[in-house]
Amino acid sequence: MSRSSDLARPTDHIEQEDGAEPVGGPRLGPIGWVRFAWRQLTSMRTALFLLLLLAIAAVPGSLVPQRSSDPNGVVQYRADHPDLYPIVDALQGFDVYTSVWFSSIYLLLFVSLIGCVLPRTRQHWQAMRSRPPRTPARLSRLDAAEERVVTGDADDALGRAEALLRKRRYRTERYGASISAERGYLRETGNLVFHGSLVGILVAVAVGGSLGYSGQKIVVEGEPFVNYVGGYDSFNRGRLVPDTALDPYRIRLDRLDIVYERENENAVGQPIDYTAHVTVQQPDSGSAADADIKVNEPLQIDGTDVYLLGNGYAPRITVRDADGDVAFSGAVPFLPQDQQMTSVGVAKIPDGLPEQLGMIGFLYPTVGQLESGALASGFPDLLDPVLSLNVYRGDLGLDTGVPVSVYTLDTDDLTQIAGRGTDVPAVELRPGETQQLPDGLGSVTFDGVSRFASLEIHHDPSQGWVLAFSILVLAGLLASLFVPRRRMWVRVHEEQDGRLRVEYAGLARGDDPGLAAAVRELADEHSGSERTVGGTT
Amino acid sequence: MTQTLDEFSALLLYLAMGVYAISFIAFTLDLARRSAGAAVVAESAADRVARARGAARGSAAGSVATLDPPRADAPARPRESLTLRVGVTLAILGWVLHLGATVLRGVAGARVPWANMYEFSMTGTLIIMGVFLLLLARRDLRFLGAIITGMVVLMLGVTTVGFRVDVVPLPPALQSYWLVIHVLVAILATAFFTVGAALSIVQLVRARRENGPESGLRLPVAIPGTVTLENWAYRVNIVGFIFWTFTLIAGAIWAEHAWGRYWGWDTKEVWTFIIWVIYAGYIHARATRGWRGSRSAWLAIVGYSAVLFNFGIVNVFFKGLHAYSGL
Repeated sequence: MSRSSDLARPTDHIEQEDGAEPVGGPRLGPIGWVRFAWRQLTSMRTALFLLLLLAIAAVPGSLVPQRSSDPNGVVQYRADHPDLYPIVDALQGFDVYTSVWFSSIYLLLFVSLIGCVLPRTRQHWQAMRSRPPRTPARLSRLDAAEERVVTGDADDALGRAEALLRKRRYRTERYGASISAERGYLRETGNLVFHGSLVGILVAVAVGGSLGYSGQKIVVEGEPFVNYVGGYDSFNRGRLVPDTALDPYRIRLDRLDIVYERENENAVGQPIDYTAHVTVQQPDSGSAADADIKVNEPLQIDGTDVYLLGNGYAPRITVRDADGDVAFSGAVPFLPQDQQMTSVGVAKIPDGLPEQLGMIGFLYPTVGQLESGALASGFPDLLDPVLSLNVYRGDLGLDTGVPVSVYTLDTDDLTQIAGRGTDVPAVELRPGETQQLPDGLGSVTFDGVSRFASLEIHHDPSQGWVLAFSILVLAGLLASLFVPRRRMWVRVHEEQDGRLRVEYAGLARGDDPGLAAAVRELADEHSGSERTVGGTT
Repeated sequence: MTQTLDEFSALLLYLAMGVYAISFIAFTLDLARRSAGAAVVAESAADRVARARGAARGSAAGSVATLDPPRADAPARPRESLTLRVGVTLAILGWVLHLGATVLRGVAGARVPWANMYEFSMTGTLIIMGVFLLLLARRDLRFLGAIITGMVVLMLGVTTVGFRVDVVPLPPALQSYWLVIHVLVAILATAFFTVGAALSIVQLVRARRENGPESGLRLPVAIPGTVTLENWAYRVNIVGFIFWTFTLIAGAIWAEHAWGRYWGWDTKEVWTFIIWVIYAGYIHARATRGWRGSRSAWLAIVGYSAVLFNFGIVNVFFKGLHAYSGL
């Protein structure tokens, strides 16, 4: 009953026999070397080494900002450490988890894992279909052994022992005057399911990466968003996603409600709820449906999830020329700068005025004045909004064909005509107010403030698979760590005085703290139902 | 009202710390007194079996192999010392006060008391003590009392000084039932890892003593041998590992709900992954020849250091999405 014959484990597994390989080793041919390398790769020691290496390799990604999770951090890092940046970048330090070195570690680990699991699966399949092994000659030498003396018929005693073992979910086999039983095949099944499911997760993530897409869009209250590639502010997709993969549904942001804390004096101004009320129109249905999106409650439409990830204010501004004709009118999303939602944004008016006009705006949702006289926001909600505009005239640089961010204004070729640094004070407006622009350029009106929501749309066809495999990982782990795999034997000896001496013994395979108790409990029940004559060992 | 309840909670917590501190002193005195009487290291039954088996294995390869780990028989209890009983009693009393402090904090915030670092530490240490006291009912682990109460007092000290924040409402990102599940299970995992690490530390000290009677600390007779300690540590750690695996999965599900992706290598995710991999390594080490014993104990301690790092350092100093410390 050699272990190596019935459990295909790596040669350095602790339950493997010593001396599986001849000392010194045979002379190896090319195939022998391949086999040797394979055996090394699939050994426990290598798996352990790769696991620890993986843990260490994951550390740098938490120390250095990553392009995937913190792109702005990478830009900042470049500015802060200009000397270090190229070195870290060359080592793929900003893309640790897709880097060559990190990938090779986990791929090797998975190759090692598969190389270990496949033969074990075959062996386990055979073991599950084979009979429990023959009863060893000397049961008393085993780890857990008990002995009882009972009266009665030997065949009857064996039959009852078999019944008891079967009731405990053992697979039994009778060998002469003994019963051999084995249970806990689920332990190895769990082990294999655990490892197999890890491979499943890896595959699902890889496949999902090329079939999924995600994009962001800033939507102002009252405005619609249509799900097509051109409808996004930014869009990432897997290699296998064609333009037609996007289902062109329409979401209109009707209203974004935000509740700020007002009672708790330790938390005044802290947001406590965001709710986006939207109307969804699907392409194949004529009717529209109302829905809500909250931070922890994404909206599911046609296999995509719509998340509410951010918010801000978009002041509605109208600019008229000297004759009162509208040159610009619309809501301009401003980016929040602090907890009190002081927001900064840029309005560009390229046409309709004698000269191109640019404005850098500051929105104070609840305006207050600092001791220095500067304006500041005292509360994030729109209690008393004030819009302050610095005005520039000149060439906005929009006609060069180079894409320009809508959130920044390049003032190099512009002349400031109002605001700090000029003789003319900044244009300061409350909702509904209009003010004339300097130099008779026209007027600007602050019509009011809308909110905008920053929506993120995700499509990941594999995530259900990832979840399913994760649950299998957990289930497999539970079985492989807590189901005891053990063998049990019962042998009946007929003594000369007509009584029966019964030996019970158990053998654990793997960690099994309950073995001795299980053997004792079996012996007690088996002998207790008979009139017990003798004592125990 | 909220403020008053919170102040009362803090008061109870200080009381609990005081009681724990005295309990720690009692446990330590007991260790000191018993080790003074322990000239010879007693070998537990399980260790004798293991050693005999090791010898037999070397000589008789090919015989019926009984390669399972030995059963952990607790060694016979020595005469109960008064200080030991005082230690346990005070630990229980401290735990009741601690429980009161935690419940009051939860009532004050009208939510689960683990929404920021202060509350996480408070509940975390409560559960560490709870798991330890619960395990005491099953096995005589009182020799761990000094380490556990010592660590808990230390952690609570750091917490009350460094992490204390007022009760504020939950930000929208934390308003989810996953806060209850994900964080609670993470705390449970941490508690089991703590007991496991304490066992591994004792195991290492013990191993030095077994290798050379003159080296290392003197430890009392009643402490089980290294093989038994290792088995116990393993069993406690695998429970922690299961919980940690669940934490990882639950966290991914929550991340998918809140942030729109189930995994994004956020710093906290990275460290949760690292811890998972280290403990996976620990479990494999136990099945690898040449890695049982002190080496695997070191792995468990490295894993636990990563747990502490993940909580104490990553939360406070690393930039990431898990910015819930409130600091």
